[in-house]
Amino acid sequence: MLPLTIDKLGFSIAGREIIKSISCEITAGTRTVILGANGAGKSVLMRLCHGLLKPTAGRIVWTHDGLTRRARGQAMVFQRPVMLRRSAIANVIYALKLSGMTSMECRLRAEDVLEAVGLANVADRPARVLSGGEQQRLALARAWALGPEVLFLDEPTANLDPNATRDIESIISAIHASGTKIIMTTHSLGQARRLGDEIFFLSEGRLIERASVDDFFKLPKSPEAISFLRGELP
Amino acid sequence: MNDISAALSEALRLIVSVDAQLAQIVWLSVQVSLAAVVIAAAIALPLGALLAITRFPGRQAVIAVLNALMGLPPVVVGLLIYLMLSRAGPLGQFGLLFTPTAMIIAQAVLVTPIIAALSRQVIEDAWREYEDQLNSLGAGTFAAAQTLLWDTRFALMTVVLAGFGRAAAEVGAVMIVGGNIDGVTRVMTTAIALETSKGDLPLALGLGIVLVVIIINVNLLAHGVKLTAQRYHG
Repeated sequence: MLPLTIDKLGFSIAGREIIKSISCEITAGTRTVILGANGAGKSVLMRLCHGLLKPTAGRIVWTHDGLTRRARGQAMVFQRPVMLRRSAIANVIYALKLSGMTSMECRLRAEDVLEAVGLANVADRPARVLSGGEQQRLALARAWALGPEVLFLDEPTANLDPNATRDIESIISAIHASGTKIIMTTHSLGQARRLGDEIFFLSEGRLIERASVDDFFKLPKSPEAISFLRGELP
Repeated sequence: MNDISAALSEALRLIVSVDAQLAQIVWLSVQVSLAAVVIAAAIALPLGALLAITRFPGRQAVIAVLNALMGLPPVVVGLLIYLMLSRAGPLGQFGLLFTPTAMIIAQAVLVTPIIAALSRQVIEDAWREYEDQLNSLGAGTFAAAQTLLWDTRFALMTVVLAGFGRAAAEVGAVMIVGGNIDGVTRVMTTAIALETSKGDLPLALGLGIVLVVIIINVNLLAHGVKLTAQRYHG
């Protein structure tokens, strides 16, 4: 379904233009990190791509899809994991059932993926009483289990401590290694360097700069990116 | 003062000795109100869920009407059901007037808007948290409604029990459609009204005590369910 073509994409709500005519192509393989200040439109851009929001201008076209709406083959992990009020493993099984898998397959797949993110020992605990880090790992497991071609992550470690963040980052790397395209936002420039291959830099709803991670951090071209990077805390 | 204490001790004697007349009235009350609440919940919970997650023109008006219907005066509901069920009414042929079935219908009509309006609120709050996640997983309206009903089950139990309290405590509607016939349609509230006006204070007081104890216990149960659920399920 990749590359993903974004054509003059715009999104306005309540008279405010959040996304202003973004055009680009997102290709398979690389890990794409979307950077930008609060309110730059990072999260909205991902939600538009994932199909949670409808564009008010322009189009989003997945290759081999023919449709402009979101199709299967994508998953998304949110800043705050949304845990259903049931056991950890039941959360994964729920997602798999919705994707049309049989109960037997669901169970086996869910066990495998919980093992892979290190949650096998809490599989039967209610998801909502897990720690924040465990909940986010479960959210990743739930998305990973679907075997998506593209995984969107919206500031997946925003609320987590350094250890939990390290766990999440290594899981994201493992998901990428298993062949899934990663598209994520973060406020941590260190994380962008560690996890990213290419950077999309947004400012006030526009795509200002697109560069490889090395180029972006060494030689930012736009004045907006330069001042954004200068604002980085030591 | 003597009258009251004498009535009170006689009332307690009726309760402790499980007086046949008193027991029969209590049993009928519980049966009628339980049946009414089961029927009301079967209609109102799915309705509340769908209203919480669907968006259509006029939705706000529907919600406003539903909220207003929570305050339906029982006597008016009784009167309307009476007109429907009376021999000349549209449902007169079934001969339901002055039967427990008529009382169940009346209480169900009273309680349905209460359960629907309160569950709509509960489910809409949960939907706000779940919406993006469930849409991301590709849950349709019915799957989402089902998921939310299950995930808010503890809060909804409180809602249903509130409905039971309302049904059991209501007097106007069952008085009109039931007729307060001794041994057939006499429930706690109608019996209390009648016995008080007849001057049989012990029976009225005894029934009053039982009614209050039932209502308090139902509310304690609701509270307990909520606390336990929070502790174990988060």
